[in-house]
Amino acid sequence: MTTLRRLRSSAAGLFGLIVVAAILVIAVVSLFWTPFDPRATDVASRWLAPSWPHLLGTDLTGRDILSLIMAGSRTTVLVAVGAGVIATLVGLALGALGALTARWMRETVAVLVDVLIAFPVLIIAMLISTVHGGSLWVVVWAVGIGFGVNVARVTRPELRRVQHSDFVVAGRASGLTPLQNLVQHLLPNIAPVFIVQLSWAMATAVLAEAGLSYLGFGASVVDPSWGILLADLQRYVQIHPLTVVWPGLAITITVLAFNLLGDALRDATDPTLRTGRRPANRARAGQPRLPEVTA
Amino acid sequence: MSLEVTDLVIEIDGRRVVDGISFAVRDGTRLGLIGESGSGKSLTALAIMGLLPDGATAFGSVRWNGREILNLPDRELAGIRGDEIGMVFQEPRTALNPIRTIGRQIAETIRIHERIGRRAARVRAIGEAARVALPDPERIVDRYPHQLSGGQRQRAAIAIALAARPRLLIADEPTTALDVTIQAGVLRLLLSLVESDGMSLVFITHDLAVLAQVATHAVVLADGRVIESGPLETLLTAPESPITQGLLRDATATLWRGEEEG
Repeated sequence: MTTLRRLRSSAAGLFGLIVVAAILVIAVVSLFWTPFDPRATDVASRWLAPSWPHLLGTDLTGRDILSLIMAGSRTTVLVAVGAGVIATLVGLALGALGALTARWMRETVAVLVDVLIAFPVLIIAMLISTVHGGSLWVVVWAVGIGFGVNVARVTRPELRRVQHSDFVVAGRASGLTPLQNLVQHLLPNIAPVFIVQLSWAMATAVLAEAGLSYLGFGASVVDPSWGILLADLQRYVQIHPLTVVWPGLAITITVLAFNLLGDALRDATDPTLRTGRRPANRARAGQPRLPEVTA
Repeated sequence: MSLEVTDLVIEIDGRRVVDGISFAVRDGTRLGLIGESGSGKSLTALAIMGLLPDGATAFGSVRWNGREILNLPDRELAGIRGDEIGMVFQEPRTALNPIRTIGRQIAETIRIHERIGRRAARVRAIGEAARVALPDPERIVDRYPHQLSGGQRQRAAIAIALAARPRLLIADEPTTALDVTIQAGVLRLLLSLVESDGMSLVFITHDLAVLAQVATHAVVLADGRVIESGPLETLLTAPESPITQGLLRDATATLWRGEEEG
């Protein structure tokens, strides 16, 4: 696929692609194998510095930090993908309803989106977690819906702009049904904007999960999570400062990779950004028209 | 095959912009709709295709081969658009999807109307590109609209409009946005395709000098009304209304200027 080839040609895109792919692989591998059991405590080897066989060292109870981070990537992937899927569905559905339907419906959705944006999603997620006990799914749904609304806010005017462009009218004139027009013209043309929004939503989901788990509202204590790990380790940051770096670094690199991948995908899906030059074909103003009369 | 427009009225937010236009296009006729901007000629074309913008409503009658098609739902019109009536627009810069190769856009139009595979459609698209005289058709089908010149884009738009071999082509100022040097070429191409396919043509323009090259009949519009209509020669030699006379004066003036400079 040419889009993939173009993606690999940019350094930032390549970095994002490799890191995101690596996290996916690590999450899957951790289901079957980690260097040590991430829950196994070993008081004899607590607070080991990075060394063989504990490559990133151990924590207060002697758990292997590398294994904990590998296991925690499962939570990260689950939250990013889950929130991404929900944000896509919510964003496209609200965007389409707000752009392509009858006027009263469009205006209702526009108001609804503006109202929903004013909702403090993370605080609501904390509220639900407090009442029902912390759960990853609360985080996934809260972030998914919350950022889906943000995605809708951007895709709605984009869809509207594209829908009124000449090539969509021309598509209808050559016999495209509304659904075919949506698939062939509308969605591909909002893809660049949509991808950036979505990658940002997924990156923020990772950050939100880590943050909520850190505060004790997200993953339950028995789940592996970078946020919980960070909270555990930072209590001893003055004695063992290096240990805090690892989960922090994992979160930062992941969020960065999602954003870089999103930006690179945006560039790769928009062919007008590739060549960098657009021939000017405007008829020159001021020049007299010289139509040929003899056919 | 014939197109009959009877007492067409178009209102935008209650304001009447087309006020009872009637004309007919019979087999093999090339009809020119001429008028200044705001005379309602483009809206008339959009109403025939069922492509009026939101807020515009049409009344009256548009019959295609005896069948009433005005205000038909999109789903039913989709079978007529492209397949029986094709349309070319004024602005080639925006009439093509910027993120699809032109070959793919031609192929997709073919695939709307015929059940053929992607590869077969691509081969056909190369043929269509060659038919509208795009240079190096095998390679140009893999290029994006922004990589083409204005004239090439308009040729690609014509290829898309004619891909399913419609019986009637509506061309809305197809050469107005082009450089003068390439207008004549696109006009000649349009004419030769209309003749070789035995299509009828509705050609919309504000320029009588352009109209004189393509049309057999003409309808002069002003303020949403028909001012004068008839065979082209009658209009050119014995224009009755002052509006037609004005258009004729403008066209002659352009010619004079052209001769002085050429």
